[in-house]
Amino acid sequence: MSRESEGETNSSAAEAAPPCPTVTQRDQWMVESQVFQIYQLFATIPPNAKTLMLELQRDNHMEFLSKGLRHLSSSFSVLDSNRPWLCYWIFHSIALLGESVDDELEDNAIDFLNRCQDPNGGYAGGPGQMPHIATTYAAVNTLITLGGQKSLASINRDKLYGFLRRMKQPNGGFRMHDEGEIDVRACYTAISVASVLNILDDELMQNVGDYILSCQTYEGGIGGEPGSEAHGGYTFCGLAAMILIGEVNRLDLPRLVDWVVYRQGKECGFQGRTNKLVDGCYSFWQGGAVALLQRLYPIINKQMEGTSQIFTISDVSEEKGILDGTSSHATCHDGRHEGTSESCSSDFKNIGYNFINEWRAQEPLFHTIALQQYILLCAQEQEGGLRDKPGKRRDHYHTCYCLSGLSLCQYSWSKHPDSPPLPNLVLGPYSNLLEPIHPLYNLVLERYREAHEFFFAES
Amino acid sequence: MASRSGESEAEEEQHRRVPLRERPEWSDVTPLPQNDGPNPVVPIQYTEDFVEVMDYFRAVYVADERSPRALALTAEALQFNSGNYTVWHFRRLILESLKIDLHSELGFVERMAAGNSKNYQMWHHRRWVAEKLGPEARNIELDFTKKILSIDAKHYHAWSHRQWVLQALGGWENELNYCTELLEVDIFNNSAWNQRYFVITRSPFLGGLKAMRESEVLYTIEAIEGYPENESSWRYLRGLYKGETASWVNDPQVSSVCLKILRTKTNYVFALSTILDLICSGYQPMEDIRDAIVALKTTDMDKQNNDDDEIGDQQNLNIARSICSILEQVDPIRINYWIWRKSRLLPST
Repeated sequence: MSRESEGETNSSAAEAAPPCPTVTQRDQWMVESQVFQIYQLFATIPPNAKTLMLELQRDNHMEFLSKGLRHLSSSFSVLDSNRPWLCYWIFHSIALLGESVDDELEDNAIDFLNRCQDPNGGYAGGPGQMPHIATTYAAVNTLITLGGQKSLASINRDKLYGFLRRMKQPNGGFRMHDEGEIDVRACYTAISVASVLNILDDELMQNVGDYILSCQTYEGGIGGEPGSEAHGGYTFCGLAAMILIGEVNRLDLPRLVDWVVYRQGKECGFQGRTNKLVDGCYSFWQGGAVALLQRLYPIINKQMEGTSQIFTISDVSEEKGILDGTSSHATCHDGRHEGTSESCSSDFKNIGYNFINEWRAQEPLFHTIALQQYILLCAQEQEGGLRDKPGKRRDHYHTCYCLSGLSLCQYSWSKHPDSPPLPNLVLGPYSNLLEPIHPLYNLVLERYREAHEFFFAES
Repeated sequence: MASRSGESEAEEEQHRRVPLRERPEWSDVTPLPQNDGPNPVVPIQYTEDFVEVMDYFRAVYVADERSPRALALTAEALQFNSGNYTVWHFRRLILESLKIDLHSELGFVERMAAGNSKNYQMWHHRRWVAEKLGPEARNIELDFTKKILSIDAKHYHAWSHRQWVLQALGGWENELNYCTELLEVDIFNNSAWNQRYFVITRSPFLGGLKAMRESEVLYTIEAIEGYPENESSWRYLRGLYKGETASWVNDPQVSSVCLKILRTKTNYVFALSTILDLICSGYQPMEDIRDAIVALKTTDMDKQNNDDDEIGDQQNLNIARSICSILEQVDPIRINYWIWRKSRLLPST
């Protein structure tokens, strides 16, 4: 670990540096050696074997998933307050695979979630528990994924709205439950649910932008609370929420982009924070953040021009540039934007819908083939299920987010959000292709569209 | 169950958990079963003990019984599932109603943390207790988080809690030193760098970002020179000029450290991207930087952009383009990003 050979002239720095690897370096090298071992093996085998190794183990994943729906061992007692999450992780994964379970099981799921629904609004982690915004998000997304009249109609939107209003805090954030914690996750899960169910209004959106903005750190990413370290999960949550309330232009987007793209490392997967380890679930949190950012080029460009001294593309002065979101993805809110003829107050209701329908083909900013490589070669368990990294055990959470990330990669170059990609963009056999998702909500697109029709019918 | 050597049967009896239905003090309560329905999905195969504890909990919860026995029951329930936020919440209601001394509650949380410290509910509870105790809890909380961080120096909840403690209860005096200590042990600890930023911007004992900038820049540059591949220090350096791009562009120390790293021809990715960002903000690199960059170009890049004839904006544009080209090669995982950055350099008509 000697630094002298690097032309180091500042001797005090060399003296201050510890002679042995730090914890960060050690942990990183351990993971790298495991991952590179897999890639090196892959590089040496013949093409047929390569295709086999890259194959998505659909049948085995399905078995792992459907088993979980029917039975979980007592070790899952620690997730007894997260059962709607288990439902979402499993049903969403099944939907991504383009599969379904039998009607009876679906009916049982609808019924079960209904028992988690609190009479005063919101869904709890289990029957008889207090309603919680995150489990509400999971339950609503599950019901939308199941689809159909019975499922969608079972959501008591009026009561849910009341619950969200009660959780709303003056500083703009939301508490996760009665007297619960406040953070960016709560903002996203609340706003996402309200948006997709068409119950989003000014009261719910009040000051949310201020709160999330205060969570963007000097690194460019977003942390859980003001001052906290930039983190992939919270970055996705913060970014998606800002888009949904029409205030994404308030974030420093070039800085955000720069931070996210640097979270993809030589292991090919994404890490959650700077100098931390790769983890399959960030395939969605970070990959999803990039997927969202790709749709914001007009706003990002304006921000870059605003700060640029020499490469101005239009005659935009520094002060004016940043907030002037005239792209079709920026919508009105509180009359901050000028020039559109439509009423501003109802625009935000359509953000989610417009986001997916005003799609334009844009090049992805991250290495989509590399990420697919990580997911398929390192995150897959051959016996079914996906995981954090080699050496870790599979679980339903990682299965959900690895597959969601995989779908993002496959459709990242598509001209339309649900048009099938060219074969060279899908790593491995073309049968690896998953269903496309709506990246703001992480719902299979087809199910989202059905839900949109159902919940936006009146307007 | 096999008996441990030397234990009498009576002692063994004590270690075995007595079911609630056998405890006389609970004889008046009818346990309330879970409303799972006839065909629940994701059914968990709870142990008998788990079912029993939760059935009794449901009974007292629904009855809103705020008694010492209910408090003890919440502790038992949390042993089985520390993620049950309803139980934590009800526990808080009981603690308030019974006006229990919260010092012992800190001990309770600490014992729970020993089992599993990555639990939102437990940390939220800790914050609630500390808030109620006020300034007297300050040192206990700083020690507690320090203990957790000594095992896992990047523990996200611990850092959040520590930040809350500093802001709500104080204790800033030693925090910058603490960050320095952590960074001495592991200069790559991004959480410690983040905390450093937190301290210099918010500590009432320091002058704020502007006042701290000079000393922090020196500190950071030293860290960069020690490990130029360390992203944390580069991002921190950039962060020191947040909101004041002109100061960043005009500070010779920034370009100087970049030049130093570029000349080593090793671990220069961040040095290059920093120069690129500087140029995009109006920086005009001098000859030494331009030469150092050109020296990094590989033969196939030489075909483009003959810098020598150009001057001013066009020269800066060429250098910026060269940087992007180099990065496309030496930082291939981010090839799409560098291509996009390069496209952003082209003035359109």
